[in-house]
Amino acid sequence: MASGDIVRLENVWVSYNGTPALEDVNLTVGEHDFLGVIGPNGGGKSTLLKVILGLIRPQRGIVTVLGNLPERSRSSIGYVPQHSDYDRDFPVSVMEVVLMGRYGKRGMLKPYDGKDREAAEKALARVGMLSHARAQIGQLSGGQQQRTFIARALVSDPALLLLDEPTASVDTAMQTDFYELLEKLKNEMAIIMVSHDIGAVSVFVDKIACLNVRLYYHGTREITPEILEATYKCPVQLIAHGDIPHRVLREH
Amino acid sequence: MFEAFQFEFMRNALMAGLLASIACGIVGVYVVVKKIVSMSGGIAHASFGGIGLGYLLNFSPVLGAMFFSLLSALTMGLVTRRTRLPEDTAIGILWAIGMALGVIFIGLSPGFAPDLMSYLFGNILTVPLSDLYLMAGLDLVILVLTVAFYKEFLLLSFDEEFGTVAGMPVDGLYLLLLCMVALTVVVLIRVVGMILVIAMLAFPAAMARQFTHDIRKMMVLSVILGMIFTFGGLWISYLLNHASGATIILLSGLTLLATYIVKALQHRTKVRFTR
Repeated sequence: MASGDIVRLENVWVSYNGTPALEDVNLTVGEHDFLGVIGPNGGGKSTLLKVILGLIRPQRGIVTVLGNLPERSRSSIGYVPQHSDYDRDFPVSVMEVVLMGRYGKRGMLKPYDGKDREAAEKALARVGMLSHARAQIGQLSGGQQQRTFIARALVSDPALLLLDEPTASVDTAMQTDFYELLEKLKNEMAIIMVSHDIGAVSVFVDKIACLNVRLYYHGTREITPEILEATYKCPVQLIAHGDIPHRVLREH
Repeated sequence: MFEAFQFEFMRNALMAGLLASIACGIVGVYVVVKKIVSMSGGIAHASFGGIGLGYLLNFSPVLGAMFFSLLSALTMGLVTRRTRLPEDTAIGILWAIGMALGVIFIGLSPGFAPDLMSYLFGNILTVPLSDLYLMAGLDLVILVLTVAFYKEFLLLSFDEEFGTVAGMPVDGLYLLLLCMVALTVVVLIRVVGMILVIAMLAFPAAMARQFTHDIRKMMVLSVILGMIFTFGGLWISYLLNHASGATIILLSGLTLLATYIVKALQHRTKVRFTR
């Protein structure tokens, strides 16, 4: 094992009330890796992220993040939750949302100071949202909200960025912008993104894993039709990677 | 109306209204944005057990209410966080148990329970000076906690999961917030009564929310609205000789309804013109 591994899962098993969510999952993510995890809804994608965050403790197996317990490494993880269901009317500004990302550095009972604000402005500038700092979160478009939540994850200078279904609330036209942003970020940190949107993921990430309770992963971004079928339990449109991304349609 | 203020009970009533507006304006904002309105209703109703206990053991029913509302806030918080019982079931159970205990305690206490109605439905005109001091003290506690935990409560209300990931003790802070609701119930009990408390927690904050997207401004505005409703309701009840608590609630409820209707009409005209 290389000591530079950001995330390491060995034989991880998780189940809810006897229903398996993850079975014997093995995964290694190195520095500057950009891993896409695809799989059907209910396939355990969010569970995988929660295991890496230390929110769920696996029944069996070992999880390390930056060589430590996940709970210990949380301050080095930037997390972008799936935000399809949050309260858009919530009275909070873009700046206040990004400042929340400084909580881990600031701690309880201490108000955010000038340094936190500076870091928040820097993070907002990085995602191109500085001019919206004073806007209420719900007034933004889906893509802008997504950028705000990424800024909140970046504000603590993470070594690992976790994105849960980031394209769910972003319209197709904005998605290219969004992936170009991630392209830049992957030079500075490892990124794990989970999504059910195969087409969107496969063009931009470096490595792909397929997850449906079991994880199918070969350390490249080539996925074979057999892996996809095993993951989705039915024939799927396969996107091959050439110089120009194109679709390969298989017979159903 | 000014001749009314020469009476001490009227001056006390205004003071009580002011103190109640501060508590319900601040805590009400969290109750509305964190969507714990029915949880707060449960805490308020369960406090009836404490009122009964006060009558039975011959101590201040308001202190009894404080003890019970804090106890029910902690129990409801722990039960919803630590067990698999659905939140609304837990609320329903504790709501009913608290009230049932109150009925039993009052039945057991000798003789007639004086001012029972004023604890149930409030009577701002009979608030004794000792209760005013208690209300002021609780307001101070609520203010200090709100300032101290401002960034924590904002993160707790907006995105609990992110708070956990950031290392914030979300369960403890949630219990603290519920305890602040319990203290607010005590502050409001003399003004609108435990049955109507929930309206004073929700109405001013819900109305303030329509005018601002800044949570601090929302608090200030909802304190001001609370004062307008309590003083306006008190004045109307004085003129018409109605129960003050119920008049305050009806005034704020009708005003809230009117703002929603005006907003909806404005929205419709806007849509028509943009077409």
